[in-house]
Amino acid sequence: MSAFGAIVRRDVRVALRRLSEAANPLLFFVIVATLFPLALSPNADELREVGVGVLWVSTLLSSLLALEGLFRADADDGSLEQLMLSPVPISVTVVAKIAAHWLMTILPLIALVPVLALSYSMPLAALPTMIGALLLATPTLSVLTALGAALTVSLRRGGTIVGLLVLPLTAPLLIFGTRATDFGLHDEPAAGPLYLLAAFAAFALALGPLAIGAALRVGVE
Amino acid sequence: MRLPRWFHLLGSPPFVYGLAGRLVPWLRAIAIVLLLVGAYWGLAVAPPDRVQGEVYRILFLHPQVAYISMMAYVVMAVSAGIGFIWRIKLAHAVAVTAAPIGTTFTACALATGAIWGRPTWGTFWQWTDPRIMSETLLLFLFLGYLALRAAFDDRDKADRVSAILAVVGVVNVPIIHYSVIWWNSLHQGPSFMKLDKPSIAPEMLTPFLIMIAAFTVCFYWLLLNGLRGQIVERERDTRWVKQLVGGREA
Amino acid sequence: MELCARELAVWRGERCLFEGLDLTLGPSQLGLVVGANGSGKSTLLRVLAGLASATAGAVTWRGSKLEALPFEYRGDIAYRGHLDGLKRDLTVLENFRFHATIWRGRPEFDTLLEDVALTAVANVRVRHLSAGQQRRASLATLRLGTSKVWILDEPTTNLDTNGRGKVIAWIRTHLAAGGTAVVATHQPDELAQKGALVVEL
Repeated sequence: MSAFGAIVRRDVRVALRRLSEAANPLLFFVIVATLFPLALSPNADELREVGVGVLWVSTLLSSLLALEGLFRADADDGSLEQLMLSPVPISVTVVAKIAAHWLMTILPLIALVPVLALSYSMPLAALPTMIGALLLATPTLSVLTALGAALTVSLRRGGTIVGLLVLPLTAPLLIFGTRATDFGLHDEPAAGPLYLLAAFAAFALALGPLAIGAALRVGVE
Repeated sequence: MRLPRWFHLLGSPPFVYGLAGRLVPWLRAIAIVLLLVGAYWGLAVAPPDRVQGEVYRILFLHPQVAYISMMAYVVMAVSAGIGFIWRIKLAHAVAVTAAPIGTTFTACALATGAIWGRPTWGTFWQWTDPRIMSETLLLFLFLGYLALRAAFDDRDKADRVSAILAVVGVVNVPIIHYSVIWWNSLHQGPSFMKLDKPSIAPEMLTPFLIMIAAFTVCFYWLLLNGLRGQIVERERDTRWVKQLVGGREA
Repeated sequence: MELCARELAVWRGERCLFEGLDLTLGPSQLGLVVGANGSGKSTLLRVLAGLASATAGAVTWRGSKLEALPFEYRGDIAYRGHLDGLKRDLTVLENFRFHATIWRGRPEFDTLLEDVALTAVANVRVRHLSAGQQRRASLATLRLGTSKVWILDEPTTNLDTNGRGKVIAWIRTHLAAGGTAVVATHQPDELAQKGALVVEL
């Protein structure tokens, strides 16, 4: 357990010292969410309709940006191979890194969602469900993106294909997340999709690190 | 645990090369015969459908191609997984060969589906149809696999990394499929679902099944044929390949 | 407590780097790997550490294959290659502290810092250090853990005479205490001692 905490603290500390890098995905999120009304329509009713989808897709894309290089820095300076040789199981390292990056980049993003949702004329009442759905869906999203990052860790220009690899796998998250938010928007019970998102998260966190560890072992060779 | 001899032989490239070589002409012949018989039966002999008229005849092409595309992915994922776990190069060769074949079948499934959709639903594309979405995502999974392979210079690394992707994908395909079904059920009523699974009249069932058999044999013909090329390429520095090609020893 | 390689072969693409390699190193034994650049020294070391896989053959530590090391043996093998393994945005001390936690080592940093003449820069971020200082910091972390096997790829590059002497002394101390070491080097005479196994690639 102390190793898990040490890795999380280390990654958070490194991220804090490169704050501009951590902020990029956040800025990207805000910019994308701001561009959509320009491209679609400033009409409040229409915006409300598309707001849910836009915010979810923007979250997906920003998360991709934030995590596609999750392992690259560690691979480049050799600390990844050191962690792989250490007594710490690779799964623990993987979950610790994902947790650290979720805290540093995804959580602030989720905190920004209410502000953007209001700009899309979404009623306040819808927000709790949306935040809840995001909190449940983003761990799975992080695991899937981390898998993409691990598969491409040894590639110089790996970032470009991580999206192609990861986004198709995130379709269920998008489906259930937006439905849950829509239910919340229309005051219907959203328990069903929320439970499914939670199930996905449990499944992803249990099995994802195994695949990610295997990919890292190949990547580090 | 002593493994049977054929198990070891299946891991031997020259043996598989020879076996595939002997099987390919038979598979090709059977596939062509079945395709011709099935096509003739489906197009000329079977009666027109009560509801859809002549257009329904895509029933003898589209579902089969879609079914084979999914089978191709499973073949790819299983052989890649075997290659990864037991480090069998030949299994990786099977996966690599299956990928482009599967991609083509998937693209054909989408195209034939769109062609069928136009006269029956009035539109080429229907986002709410779970099978269109699953098939589209399958296409992306295939393309992702091919893109990932292409990004690596080291073939061994490419084999192993793409194997992980293939296995993760195979787990995801049913999840994606059922997610879209659930999503679809919110937008259309159950009546739409019934349209997806028409009960087939017996006169149409036979050519339907013949075409499934035809495309399955066709897939394995293409797979074994491509596999021989993969084997020769991967083993090009070995003596048996050099002798095969008849070149001078370097 | 032996590091064994049996019938080890490594092919990179169509090139055979080496094959049929057998190696056994026990406590207090030193293995020196020599060869021209590109001969596969680094690859061999990575295979022995368990970071790379061999095309054929197996490496075992204390009887278990490296791919399936039981939990108690994890951390027994330490590797230092061309990369430092330090986070460049953390200070030397922060890196040491992290390393000690992860490798279940002793948190005795002051003597170690003095030993490598890095006391003055203990709170400086690694990216601001010179190449030699970074190398010394990286090798110093070897002494923070309790690994029984040290696998070092040209450890004395980038080091001045003092630094080189330090590292060689550490390796000798490690061997004397019962540890095993495999070192790839262009200057085998620096380390050569009685009973050292020389692997020529």
